Amino acid sequence: MMKNNVYALEIKDLQVKYGVIPALKGISLKVEPGEAVALIGANGAGKTTTLHAISGIVRKAGGSVIFDGKDISNSPAHEIVSMGISQVPEGRGIFSNLTVYENIKLGAYLRKDEKGISEDIQKVYDLFPRLEERKTQLAGTLSGGEQQMLAIGRSLMAKPKLLLLDEPSMGLAPIVVETIFRTIKKINRESGMTILLVEQNAQMALYAAHRAYVMETGEIVTTGTSKELKANDEIRKSYLGLH
Amino acid sequence: MFTQQLINGITVGGIYALIALGYSMVYGILRIVNFAHGDIFMMGTFLGLFFTQSLGMQFYIAFPLSAAATAFIGIFVEKIAYRPIRIADKLAVLISALGVSIFLQNLAQIIWGTETHAFKSGIEVSTFKFGGLILSNIQLIVIFLSCVLMMGLYFVVNKTKIGVAMRATSHNLNSAKLIGINTDRIISFTFGIGSALACIAGLLVGIYYDAVFPIMGYSYGLKAFAAAILGGIGSIPGAMVGGFVIGIVETFGAAYISAGYRDAFAFGILIIVLIFRPSGILGKKLVEKV
Repeated sequence: MMKNNVYALEIKDLQVKYGVIPALKGISLKVEPGEAVALIGANGAGKTTTLHAISGIVRKAGGSVIFDGKDISNSPAHEIVSMGISQVPEGRGIFSNLTVYENIKLGAYLRKDEKGISEDIQKVYDLFPRLEERKTQLAGTLSGGEQQMLAIGRSLMAKPKLLLLDEPSMGLAPIVVETIFRTIKKINRESGMTILLVEQNAQMALYAAHRAYVMETGEIVTTGTSKELKANDEIRKSYLGLH
Repeated sequence: MFTQQLINGITVGGIYALIALGYSMVYGILRIVNFAHGDIFMMGTFLGLFFTQSLGMQFYIAFPLSAAATAFIGIFVEKIAYRPIRIADKLAVLISALGVSIFLQNLAQIIWGTETHAFKSGIEVSTFKFGGLILSNIQLIVIFLSCVLMMGLYFVVNKTKIGVAMRATSHNLNSAKLIGINTDRIISFTFGIGSALACIAGLLVGIYYDAVFPIMGYSYGLKAFAAAILGGIGSIPGAMVGGFVIGIVETFGAAYISAGYRDAFAFGILIIVLIFRPSGILGKKLVEKV
């Protein structure tokens, strides 16, 4: 296969079951290097399951997940992180009993380059100055928006090639959501980091992403560039609340 | 009298605390109670008996050796009895734990018989008198070793990389996986450490009371479990505090009220604390996430 044909991430006919209930009924999608792609859809559509199957938290029932040309769908979660995939979990998943600094540092758990780690901690602080102000505070005392910033900062510390974000807007005030998405867009556009983003807030997702897939009950039903989807009547009605 | 009983209480409390740590650490990470822990403690004690008496080893060799062997028993139990059913219902885990517990008790009875064995530690008992206080060298060994081990554990958990990984895993298993922690290895490590500490506790019981028996895991295990709950299960300092509280309360109760109700005092204090502080002395209030 020629280099320019290698996708950053390619999912082929991926199936996941919870017990006997199918959560993903064979989905396929592709993400190009440097691209920001969104996965939008209602609650229970299978968006989070897709991310969990990529990062090895849940096991597939069939299909494959190809990252950088390798099938990773049978690898354990910690190995997937070391290959270069970092996930910002739904509900942030920060370690609230540790300080902000310790949380950020833990993101570099698999790295050994002390100097690079301290430089990258500074980069996270530059990206989110609020975190530097609160670095000695316990992470549990942060506001929801700050916790989301912390979760993103922590994920960046792993130096991922692919960043997965699960519902970064969840439970946040609209103004905070805007800040978060502006930063996500900045991470993608300025450092060229490949991003796969799961989001119920289709408006913000389409703002940050180049392309999107629309999911319904375990299947991908529509796909297109953000511009196309914003113009699509069906999408406008069902997901953007416009008429 | 009072100080004397306090020292006696601290001695047994240190033993309870060492066992309680195993319950608490495992619960902290997997949210399950390892009901086979008491029997792992018993196996460790008998391994110590085997190394010292059957093989004639010196104590300072037999101690670390049996602790290491017991660590492997703990790791093995987790691998075969808990790991395959990790995503199953908590009830399945309980049944599996009881199965391991029955298996280990019967295994010990087949190997070592059902009778009580003298431990014959070979340590010459000598006593010191400070005013009206009588302290034996064995008590000093028990108190010293349990304190050193607890400080060691505190250091590992708070100051080392694997300790940070343990705390992260205990706080949020999935988040720990997502930052690249091999959580299966951390879980094995936790079972290993907890089992090794329980083994040392068993050996201390052996040299302190000079009597070990195959169902000792039940009484000590239950009391140490009470200590873990009392301190706030999942909390490492909680298990230590709980162990000492149970040890001191039952010693005082036995000395001042009635020795026949020794166990009733231990569980009585547990009930009282749980009525007023259901999460235990140092436990955090659990907020169920939706």
